[in-house]
Amino acid sequence: MQPIVSIANLSKVYASGLHALRGVTLDIAKGEIFALLGPNGAGKSTLINIVCGIVTPSEGMIRVGGHDIQSQYRAARRMIGLVPQELTTDAFEKVWDTVSFSRGLFGLPRDPGHIERVLKDLALYEKRESRIMQLSGGMKRRVLIAKALAHEPKVLFLDEPTAGVDVELRQDMWRLVRRLREQGVTVILTTHYIEEAEEMADRVGVIRKGEIILVEEKVELMRKLGKKQLTLHLREPVGTLPESLARHALQVGEGGRSLIYTYETRGERTGITGLLGDLADAGIAFTDLDTSQSSLEDIFVDLVRERA
Amino acid sequence: MKGVSMLNVPAVLAIYRFEMARFWRTALQSIVAPVISTSLYFVVFGAAIGSRVQTVDDIPYGAFIVPGLMMLSLLTQSVSNASFGIYFPRFAGTIYEILSAPISPLEVVLGFVGAAATKSIVIGLIILATASLFVPLHIAHPFWMVFFLLLTALTFSLFGFVIGLWADGFEKLQLVPLLIVTPLTFLGGSFYSIEMLPPFWRAVSLFNPVVYLVSGFRWAFFGRGDVAVGVSIAATLAFLTLCLGLVAYIFRTGYRLKS
Repeated sequence: MQPIVSIANLSKVYASGLHALRGVTLDIAKGEIFALLGPNGAGKSTLINIVCGIVTPSEGMIRVGGHDIQSQYRAARRMIGLVPQELTTDAFEKVWDTVSFSRGLFGLPRDPGHIERVLKDLALYEKRESRIMQLSGGMKRRVLIAKALAHEPKVLFLDEPTAGVDVELRQDMWRLVRRLREQGVTVILTTHYIEEAEEMADRVGVIRKGEIILVEEKVELMRKLGKKQLTLHLREPVGTLPESLARHALQVGEGGRSLIYTYETRGERTGITGLLGDLADAGIAFTDLDTSQSSLEDIFVDLVRERA
Repeated sequence: MKGVSMLNVPAVLAIYRFEMARFWRTALQSIVAPVISTSLYFVVFGAAIGSRVQTVDDIPYGAFIVPGLMMLSLLTQSVSNASFGIYFPRFAGTIYEILSAPISPLEVVLGFVGAAATKSIVIGLIILATASLFVPLHIAHPFWMVFFLLLTALTFSLFGFVIGLWADGFEKLQLVPLLIVTPLTFLGGSFYSIEMLPPFWRAVSLFNPVVYLVSGFRWAFFGRGDVAVGVSIAATLAFLTLCLGLVAYIFRTGYRLKS
């Protein structure tokens, strides 16, 4: 199936010389929830802002729903809703007016029924006549979401949707995202909270210093999450492993001084007993052993850590 | 299904209504202020000075200053409305929505500049109505009066829009109106005929573009101006073209809007 968002070889160099994105290529499938994970300054917002038309790309090609975002920007942008990271709202306008304004801006005729539904979904309907500046931070965040949904987008970008948001709103937000997915809306969110990606996403992409370094199904990542490694520190270095150990698929550590065994914690049998028995039979002695679990967090930290 | 290249009319209307809503919300400041200041000008210039000057070119002084007063408001209001209109979303960050919407630069300009021009025309007409309470007014060329009113409002709203894009702080926003527009207007024959000046200053005045606007506008009222009306029309159109070109250039380069 044709991806709904297709990014090819996208680069961005700001006037300041900052290289925010380097050759990013990414396809987002229709109807999926994609989490873009990365530390601050990795280029998440730049990526979103380019797709939405706020920042001009230096290089590369982006299509949304098959429409080029530059030459066919009207068709492309009509499909996109954006909830920005900052609480950038008007102050004096009323909630109802500002949400209706957004709908008009995207070229759609007035539809009070739709605006009403959006406001009710976001628990904003009671506040529709309030001026935005009278609202709390959480309510302003809801207003921004309502504005993004006012024109019935097919692709919704949520830039750090839960930064500084209370538990209730966070849960409301997830309910909303799920409901949107049921309606066939594609959701792309950025976050630096791993739990958020775990909780919501179908796929996770990790971005570091302007490069996408990993894109994977969340289930696949979770499978890795369920793995443990047993490291055996050997008394004597081994050269080649005896044939009798082949079935354990061991990795030999540096200099042959350790053996690494990977096993599923969720499996019924870990195979550790058998391994240790076979090791004893082969006459391989070890001085110490330890086990470690690779969490998504570890994977992430490992991936984004700067290697000096 | 609407064509992709068609004008996004709902978007233009959305921006226009949004800006007009701001105008009515601040009605006290937007409408009452010009009425009060116009009345003050009449008291000071009309009554105090007018009692000594009596007539200029056979026109009672009180009536003589009406076109200049309208121009003064038209110019300052157009510039300040349009510059604030586009600067504030930039300042508050809400510009993101306009940049991410399926609208062309032309539509953005139509919405913002259209609203700013409308406001200053409304204010201009309010001043005219206020003035008619003080002095009997007769407009010799109503068509040309409307022509100058519309084109001046439009031109200076465009100019204000450019300032709103250029400014990176509230100070700069005030700078151009304060240091350029207001002095040029006061020195542009709003309250006097440049015929009253010594020859040297009369020649200097001819470099002031506002002279042509005020003169043309006064001609529309009284059938007499400092310069030929054709020159005024040409100057107005030339300045309009200049501002249009400037705005077009800005959007082509993404200047100050997109990084």
